[in-house]
Amino acid sequence: MKRPFSFLWCCLAGVCVSGAIALAQSADLTPAQLNARAKAQNVPEIPFDSAPNFLKMPPNLYLGEGIGVATNSKGHIFVYTRSQQTRLFEFDQKGTFVREIGDGLYGFLFAHAVRVDPQDNIWAVDEGSNMVIKFNPAGRVEMLLGRRPEAVEGLLATPAPNAPAPPAQPYLFNRPTDVAWDAAGNIFVSDGYGNSRVVKYDKNGRFITSAGTKGSAPGQLNLPHSIATDAKGNVYVGDRSNRRIQVFDNDLTFKAIYDNVGAPWALCITPGPHQYLYSSNSNPDNNNSEIAAVTGEIYKMELDGTIVGKFGQAGKQLGRFSTVHEIDCRNENELLVSEITAWRVQKLTLRPQAKNGGSK
Amino acid sequence: MKRNPFLITTVGLFAAVLLAAQSSVPEIAYDSTPNLLKLPEHLYLGEAAGVATNSKGNIFVYTRTGSTLASEGGSRTFTRGGARLFEFAPNGNYMREIGQGLYGFLFAHVVRIDPQDNIWVVDEGANMVIKFDPEGRVLMTLGRKPESVNVPAREGGGEGGGGGRGGAPGAGAPGDNFNRPTDVAWDAAGNIFVSDGYGNSRVAKFDKNGRFLKSWGSKGNGPGQFDLLHTIAVDAQGNVYVGDRNNKRIQVFDNNGTFKTQYTNVGAPYGICISSGAHQYLYTSNSNPSTSMENGEIYKMELDGKVLGKFGKAGKMLKEFGTVHEIDCRNPNEVFVGELTNWRVQKITLHP
Repeated sequence: MKRPFSFLWCCLAGVCVSGAIALAQSADLTPAQLNARAKAQNVPEIPFDSAPNFLKMPPNLYLGEGIGVATNSKGHIFVYTRSQQTRLFEFDQKGTFVREIGDGLYGFLFAHAVRVDPQDNIWAVDEGSNMVIKFNPAGRVEMLLGRRPEAVEGLLATPAPNAPAPPAQPYLFNRPTDVAWDAAGNIFVSDGYGNSRVVKYDKNGRFITSAGTKGSAPGQLNLPHSIATDAKGNVYVGDRSNRRIQVFDNDLTFKAIYDNVGAPWALCITPGPHQYLYSSNSNPDNNNSEIAAVTGEIYKMELDGTIVGKFGQAGKQLGRFSTVHEIDCRNENELLVSEITAWRVQKLTLRPQAKNGGSK
Repeated sequence: MKRNPFLITTVGLFAAVLLAAQSSVPEIAYDSTPNLLKLPEHLYLGEAAGVATNSKGNIFVYTRTGSTLASEGGSRTFTRGGARLFEFAPNGNYMREIGQGLYGFLFAHVVRIDPQDNIWVVDEGANMVIKFDPEGRVLMTLGRKPESVNVPAREGGGEGGGGGRGGAPGAGAPGDNFNRPTDVAWDAAGNIFVSDGYGNSRVAKFDKNGRFLKSWGSKGNGPGQFDLLHTIAVDAQGNVYVGDRNNKRIQVFDNNGTFKTQYTNVGAPYGICISSGAHQYLYTSNSNPSTSMENGEIYKMELDGKVLGKFGKAGKMLKEFGTVHEIDCRNPNEVFVGELTNWRVQKITLHP
């Protein structure tokens, strides 16, 4: 009973052609594709452009995997990359290289995310050293969360697959993934590949509370991979392997689940009075072309989970996405995305008016 | 079983006395200099394991930074890197790096300056104590870096592998080599005392030329036994103070290692320091482990163990401490602390 209605709705919205194609194709999808694609179908497409050769690297400097990207209030762009060493670069708003931050830093081992807080401090989340590192705008280390294991203890054995993680501790992470803050400056860390929890610290880095254990029940997490807060202090967690976004209140009490936008590899909430939530159903980083055929798109949503539109698909050329790992959405219609497998950051200009006749 | 009112009263009284003892330690007012160390562009401290000053007031920082690199050899795996030694002027301006690429720099533990301004580094990873002259040339080495690491085993050993590593873990084995040593101190005659350490459980005494004289201690909690002796200091009379960290006590020995006394009321001594001058004071840090924000205060004591005051608590802000690992107290009212988890050195000015 639902399908005719949504079909009619999408025709009215002017996207019935692509909707019809999606319906026609679904019968041909493999079971793996049916499982991997987002539940939401017939979502309006948002037209967009990608700026060619956006980041200008100096000679002999290269990006590796484009893991983290974020902008500050001046529009400067920070890229956290898995190069031969994990490195953090700053570019100006035109994409011109400005400087490197944290060369050879003790906490830089395996990049995961970079975020810039409202005071323009730069936060790097390193999945290899198990640390969250706060730099002030000048690039000096200002605060540290977590601690890199001591090298003197010797080489760590790789944990057996599916081996349970040791109990989580307030001040230690196990492959953390992302960081966010509320208006009071409280710090939220998604932790991560090893632990399955979200941790809340006060602005001075003192532990307040944590939530989550490994599992698929509401409030449980299976690879919390991305985190964002809204202006009211609610916490949105990209629960990647559970293929859902979970919303918690500021005390980390479970509130809601959005499970129709695929696997949320990267979340971003825009600033301003009307906030939007972006979520990337990224194609897998194992280059699986079967799954890539039905994933890779980014969703634009209202904070309540209503889908506004989507854009993009998996691919290696400009304007396609190669496993988007972080989204910056300081400007609602000018996004930056970093991609793992393309070693690239793209600057996207969304043109939602083009399709919707100027309506917002 | 009937309750024993006497026992309950005694326990209650004991607890009350303990509480009173802790709360009665006066707080010492203090300041911390903001942004003390000025590092050049593109240079960063890692964990500030060691800090010490020389007679000119220059500040030396031994830090765990960068990464220890394992290189594949023909049939073994070799390690290098992971620790650096920097010198700063008294105002915190960067002066130079010492020992760049040094064979024995693997995992920083402490740096200490002797009365002749020689710079001593204790490296827990290389199992070495390295003496530099004031210009930064290597003058003497104690212990030997293991030739290679066994992969994937976490312990050293094996033929040609852990060859430089002394002593079975916790055996208190005597001898010239160390097993994860932690600190170094000297008496007026120049004898060298090494706390050794994480792997072994003993104090090693060498003469001023580095000839092994004797060692004492084994793993345990009895007098003269140790459970992680983490820090060491010598007073003007040659008495040896050992921070017995996991036993939460400071043990005092005479110059030949005879047990004299212990102080058990100042927490787990991560770093101890004895000030210079006619009236010497003993500082000890009850540091927070990197897994918690508990404790963190530093005590000022008389050498006989009388607690004079305390200052500080665990935290990440200025004037708070993130696992203090070494204290410099050349000037008893101008104390430097190196912090592990805050990657920072603070200059603390006390107002007693």
